[in-house]
Formats: sequence, structure tokens, C-alpha cells
Amino acid sequence: MREITLTVNGKHHTLALDPETPLLFVLNDELGLCGPRFGCGMAQCGACTVIMRGQVVRSCVMPVSAVGQDEVTTLEGLGTPEKPHPIQQAFIEEGAAQCGFCLSGVILTAKAVLDVKPDASDQAIRDALGGVLCRCFTHTRMLRAIRKYAEARRA
Amino acid sequence: MTQSRREFLKSCGALIVGFSAGSLSLLSAEGQGPFGTHPSHIDPEKLDSWLAVGADGMITAYTGKCDFGQGIFTAQSQLVAEELCVPISRVKLIQCDTSVCPDQGTTSGSQSTPTNFNSESLALAAATAREALLGLAAVKLGEPVAQLTVADGIITSNLGRHVRYEELIGNKRFNVPLSATAKRRAAPDWTVLGKPIPSLDRTGLMTGKFEFVHHVRIPGMLHGRVVRPPEMGATLVHVDEQSVRSVPGLVKVVVRKNFVGVVAETQHQAGLAARKLAVQWNPGPELPPQKNFFDHLQKQPAHDVLSVDSEDIEARLAGASSVIRAKYTYPYQMHGSVGASCAVAEVKPESVTVWSATQSVYPTRSIVAKLLNEPIDKVRVIYVRGSGCYGLNGADAVSFDAAILSQAVGRPVRLQFSRQDEMMWENFGSACAVEHRAALARDGRIVAWDREDWVASMGNRPGYDQPGNVITGMLLGYAPELPGPRSAKPPTGKLRNQSNAVPSYFAGCIGGSCGGDGTVRSERALTHTVRSPFFTGPLRSPLRIQNTFANECFMDELCVHAKADPVGFRLQHLQNSRVIGVLKAAATAASWQARSSPRADISRAQTVSGCGIACVAYEGDNGYAALVAEVDVDLQTGTVRPKRFVIALDCGPVSNPDGLRNQTEGGILQGMSRALVEEVTWDNRRVTSVDWETYNSLHLDYEMPTVETVFVTPANVPATGAGETAITVTPAAIGNAIFGATGARLRTLPFTPERVKAALLSAQSAERA
Repeated sequence: MREITLTVNGKHHTLALDPETPLLFVLNDELGLCGPRFGCGMAQCGACTVIMRGQVVRSCVMPVSAVGQDEVTTLEGLGTPEKPHPIQQAFIEEGAAQCGFCLSGVILTAKAVLDVKPDASDQAIRDALGGVLCRCFTHTRMLRAIRKYAEARRA
Repeated sequence: MTQSRREFLKSCGALIVGFSAGSLSLLSAEGQGPFGTHPSHIDPEKLDSWLAVGADGMITAYTGKCDFGQGIFTAQSQLVAEELCVPISRVKLIQCDTSVCPDQGTTSGSQSTPTNFNSESLALAAATAREALLGLAAVKLGEPVAQLTVADGIITSNLGRHVRYEELIGNKRFNVPLSATAKRRAAPDWTVLGKPIPSLDRTGLMTGKFEFVHHVRIPGMLHGRVVRPPEMGATLVHVDEQSVRSVPGLVKVVVRKNFVGVVAETQHQAGLAARKLAVQWNPGPELPPQKNFFDHLQKQPAHDVLSVDSEDIEARLAGASSVIRAKYTYPYQMHGSVGASCAVAEVKPESVTVWSATQSVYPTRSIVAKLLNEPIDKVRVIYVRGSGCYGLNGADAVSFDAAILSQAVGRPVRLQFSRQDEMMWENFGSACAVEHRAALARDGRIVAWDREDWVASMGNRPGYDQPGNVITGMLLGYAPELPGPRSAKPPTGKLRNQSNAVPSYFAGCIGGSCGGDGTVRSERALTHTVRSPFFTGPLRSPLRIQNTFANECFMDELCVHAKADPVGFRLQHLQNSRVIGVLKAAATAASWQARSSPRADISRAQTVSGCGIACVAYEGDNGYAALVAEVDVDLQTGTVRPKRFVIALDCGPVSNPDGLRNQTEGGILQGMSRALVEEVTWDNRRVTSVDWETYNSLHLDYEMPTVETVFVTPANVPATGAGETAITVTPAAIGNAIFGATGARLRTLPFTPERVKAALLSAQSAERA
């Protein structure tokens, strides 16, 4: 057990934890966050995705001790039901979900790539999503929502 | 309505984290559900079992059909709003909680819409409630019902007097039975149902606020993991508890027969303990080699069922100038939910509660009671959505496992499966082989068609009393359901085509009554169900997708022999107006060009394009679809790239066109993934496709084809299922499109580049011969 300080979605937390605990378990079990989810525990599907330093990270395989001072942003950190982030708004408008379990991977990965490269091509966006799995196969609506957000962002 | 009841309702709809255990225990302590019904028996004949009007005018409805991403929560809310003439925001739907919802069995088989949206169950309850309220208003206002109109939950008389629902019955029981004569509101008058209302879970999902079963947290809750055997049939020799002595937070190693699990204070500790626990197993039997699996399958003793048999098939085939034969094979495939399954159970001396993503809350309640040796009335199963399941994924097994662990430690336990727990032990979609024989008349018409299929089967949904049908039960010593060898009896009664074993072109005649959709009268469909080495169970479009792949591709082969257009040839052999309707609609929407098959102008360029069509009457009468697929095939690499799908769908009146489009697109693209890449693999000992490196699925980087959806809606037909219709025709349409593009016939799924190249080679050598 070690005292670990985390900054998640703008809030600071100090927790006594086994430093090897995967960040995902801390987000779910200690902080009560529901955005990142356990999909595979092997960084193969993206359901546990969070953003750190502008990069997507698979929180299921990152020990909490490796987070350091970097702020962690989860799906909840983008916007709220009352005031969704524009990419969340685009997903809401397009109805781009079925079960919705995979959404952290889809939305955060797309946001991260467009933050770095606002004019990313469809191909570049898809390439970035290569490690993200949606088994309901809502691919078409998701890409449409991402494109809508990208276009609005550029305008 | 009592205070506790109202609190309970509030908490049911609220977020689950911080879910007050107080209100739950209060309810179970009372031993009574709402409206005087016993928790174990909520009478579906009583209106109060389905619906309540609160003092605030909110309509609370109780359903036994739950939403796992297919949109039925929104659609059922629309239905209730429509029948009660209130805005959808005034409807609160409680789904699948055994203490308050009627037992509607399992949410599966595209049965929610036919069951709850026609003239029984929830739809009838809502219509009964509206009529009951009008009756109460007539008394209160002193005017006949005929003089009353209703809008927005307010009943108004011709004279302008009005009364609100809640003034008539707020917080009180109706105390009336469902009225079989209650009239549904007519589809042309609908203002909420039938409209593309945005799914109600959307904002919560997109902003990360939606709580899945994975997020249920109970005060005092521990975390569990299971330790499964290394292979099917392995039995436990020894568990070395010393091996995990050093794991901090370990609460207990739980062993029951061949079931092994660990419980610890945190998830991380439970995972550590599960990995470290030294367990010795006796090996299971060797597995039949995957390479020749279908030959093995076809040699097993079988449970035989004849769906139809005109008894002249051998004579007709013997008399034909040539018999066309083909064998199709379909692999085991996985549900492969993105989220590994999870459940939370709290076993206390006075009650058992399981929060579960099962499709079957009442059957799960029954099995949990059996496994824990507790009276069924003590057990409550509350549905909380999990990752999309597409059928029987790990949700049932994980719920049983969680209950066993909680009982063993006397505290609430949350159990999270690992990826391997999920993929190695789920009930796979059955592997199947289908053999066809057919003969054509001189004019090209089909005169005789015989088809036999072999289905691998072990286990199934556990139902109310068969825990051995999934892994947990088997580990605890219960046997799975297995096909008992039996020879076929002559078919009797009405044609049953639940599994789409019978092609749409069969007349389906049994004892002079022809229940099929087609014209072929010399016909036989024989199914051999044989023992599977792995668990099997319903996977979206169970057996329907396998059979339709084989039937619709073979129909395409018959077109080739008849040198006929695939659409025209199908129409020539169909007589069901709804199958004909979707076939024509799809062909028109896709601008289908009539052609002989294969078309004459197949190019030998690097990449060739072509299209194919397939159609189905899902389960015989539960939805109709025809799909045109357009694909590119790279002749060098054997890669198939679907470019465009056009589907015509007839499921009767549509509850929510946006939801239906979402389901249809998802179904087609999931079907495409299954057609192109998905296959369970194994070696001589165990399943080897146990994660996303070893089991293929098309990820989000795959460039998806366009999907165009056309709804065909005949007047005055009942609502049918729609969630499985589109996927059913997808592999066949793609296979036929590959043929359309290349002249090469693929008879084995998935259509891997190697198989495509092999089929191209064999088509070329046939051409030269």
C-alpha cells in the first residue's frame, strides 16, 4: 500500500493503494467513474480508454503508480449530460451507439487524434481507431458522428 | 402505493452506485411485491402487474423484456406513452426485476416486439389502462365514454370538462384484469410510437454516466474471480491454498466440485489470487481435429428431425437427368461481448439478490435458487444492462458464479470474468454442415430439393431447471442438455421453420397442408443434431444464419444451372407475398440488373466487382428481409471488400424507425464480420481463440460499406421481430456477390483470402475443363 495522488477530470485525489493496481480499477472502484470499462484487461479492445497528455491510454494495463503527475481524463471529463462536449453532442445527434460499452475507446480516441490533427482524413481517423472494438457494429454511425464533429471543429 | 414502494421505484430508475440497500431490504422484508402480488408470482392477467399511475401523473410500466442495446427500452416507453396518450417523458419503464416485473421468460429470439407490441402483454395492458381510465372518467364527469377524448394524460368531455389520470387513480390500483378486447390505438393515429424518438439512453451513454452491471456497487462488497479448468472435461485434483497465502486482501478460496474461485477485498487482489492459485486438474478428453471437424460431425450419432418430407425425393432425383449437389459448412462463432461478463450477488440469511445482465431474469432466479439450495421466493434477480450480448454470452454463468462466491463468504461479491473466462467458456454459435441435392426440369424450374443439416449442440440456455447447460452448472456436477440419438419421425401438423432449415422455395406440405413460402413440392429437410465438444447456445440468429447461408447460396447455384437471373429465378419459386415484397423492393432499391448467372462479362482485372442477393422469412413468419450485397474481390490477394448493402425489411408496423435502422445496420455489419473473419479455433486440447488477437472481429479501422435500408410495411399485419432478420441474410448475400464478381463459389465461412483464392482456382479449372 502506498499513498498515491491522482488528478482525474480536474479533481485531485489522494488514495492508499497497491501501486500495481491497474488505473482502471482505481477509476471504477475508488472514484466511482463509469466511463472507462473493463473489456479485456489486455489493451486489445479500448473499452477502458482514458486520455493522458493528449494521448489515449489503456487504463486496464497501466499501473496506477505510472500515472505520476499527469492528469487523467475519462469520458465523464469531456462533458456532462447537461453540457456535453461537442464530440459527445455529435454522437448524441447521430445516435451512434447500441449497447454503448465501447464508447470510451471510440470517443476519446477520435477526440485525441483530432486534437492533434484537426484536418485528419477519414483514413487517418480510422487508422487511429484500429485498436478499438465495437461488437454491435455501430461503425457507420460512429464515423459519421466523428466526421460531423471534425467538420464543426474546423468551421 | 406505499411509501416504500415509491422510494423503491425512484431508486430503480436512479443510478446504481449508492443504490440504497435499505429500500431493497425493506421490500424483501415485506415479502410482498406491489399490488398485493407475491414477488415470485406477478400475475400477468392483472393490469396492476404491468402498469401504475402515480399521484404526480407519471406512468410506471413493468416489462419482462429488457434492453441490451437493441433499443427496446425506448420502444416500449413509446408504446406505453402512445397507448396512454402521454408524452414519453411521463413514462417510467422498469425492466426485468423479478420482484416487480411479470415473468416474460427470456428477452431473445426477436420475440420482444411480437410479444409486447401486438395485442397481448404490455401493449394490451397499456390499452386496457387507457380504456379503464376513460371508464373512470365517464363516471366522474357523468358523461358517456363516447363523448370523451384524451390527450396529454387529461380526459376531456365534449362539454369541456376535464379530469387528469392522477385525479382518477393516482397511487391507487386499477384492480381489473387485462381486457382481451381493449383496442390498440390505430397505427395511422400514432404520435409517439412509430416515430424516430432518440433512444433514451443516449446522453448517459455518450457522457459516461450510464451505469452497466459492471458498475453496481453494494456496501461491503468484495471482488471475485473464477479459476476455470484448462480444457473442457478437465476435473479437479487439488487446490493448493498455500499458493495464495501471501496475496493481501484474500478472503477465501472457494471450491465446490470442479468449481474454483477466489474472493478478495479488491479487484486487483482477486486477480492476483486467481493468477497465483496453484490448481491441479485431470485432463479432459482429446478434441476432434479442427481440420476435419465437419467429417467428424457428420459421423456422430444424431437426433434426427424431419421438418418436411414429401417422400418422393429419392425417386424424383433418380429420375432427373442430373443432380446438383453441394455441401456448405459454417464454423463455431462467438458472441464475444466487448465487456467480459460481470455480476454482483448478495447472499444473506434472509434474501438473495443478484444484479445481472442476463436476458432471463426469472430463469436465472430459478437456477440461482437451485445452485444455492435456497427457496426460490428468497431470490431476486435485477436486470442491469451489460455489454451487448447478441444471445447467450457469459452473463448467466457469471451470475451463478457470483451467487456461489457470495454464499461462500456471506458478503456481497462482484465477479468480473477475464477475457479468457468469457471466450473460452461461452456457449458458441453452433457449427453446422448442410448438404443439398436438387434437380431442375428442362424449363429450368426446380423439381426436387433435398437438404440435410448437421448441427453441433451441447448445452443451451439454462432455462428454469438446467444449470448444466452453461459452464458453471457443469463444474458443479449438473449435466448439459445433449442430443439423444433418435431416428426421424414423419413430420406432422403445421410446418415449423423456427430455424429456417426449410428454404423459402419449399412448398412445405405436411399432410396436404402447405405452410412453406415456395413452390417446390418434392422436398425434404432433415436435421441431425449431434453432440458438440464445446458448449453451444443461441447466438444472434441461431441456426437461422447458418441455414440461410447454405440455402440461399445453394439457390444461387441452382440459378447458375438454370442460367437464370438470381432475382427472377427466386421470384419464380416463391409464393409468399411478403418474401416477394422484400425481394422486389431490395432489387429495385439496388437498381438490380437482371442477368444470367454467372454474368458473362467477368473481368480478369486485379479487382473485380459484383453483386448478389439473398432473402429470408425469418423463423418462417417473424420478419422478412432481402439483401443485395455489392463487393470488390482482389483476385491476387483473395481479399473481399463489401462496398454497398441495400436491404428491404418487412417487420410490420415499425416502433421506432431510427432504432430499427440502427439495429439493421449493426446486424448487417456484424453479419459481415462473421462472414469474413470470425471463427472459433482449437487445438487437440482446448479452444485457442480466447482474446482479440486470436478471435477476429472487424475493428473500427475497417472501412465499412454503405448500408441503405428500405422498410416495406404492408397494412394490417402484426409487428414482428427485426433484430435478427438483417444479419440472417448477410453471409449468403456476400457469398453470392463473390460469385457474381468472380464466378467462384464459397461454401465455407468465413470467406478468408485463402478460401477465396482456392475457390478462384477451382472455378478457373472448372472453366478450362
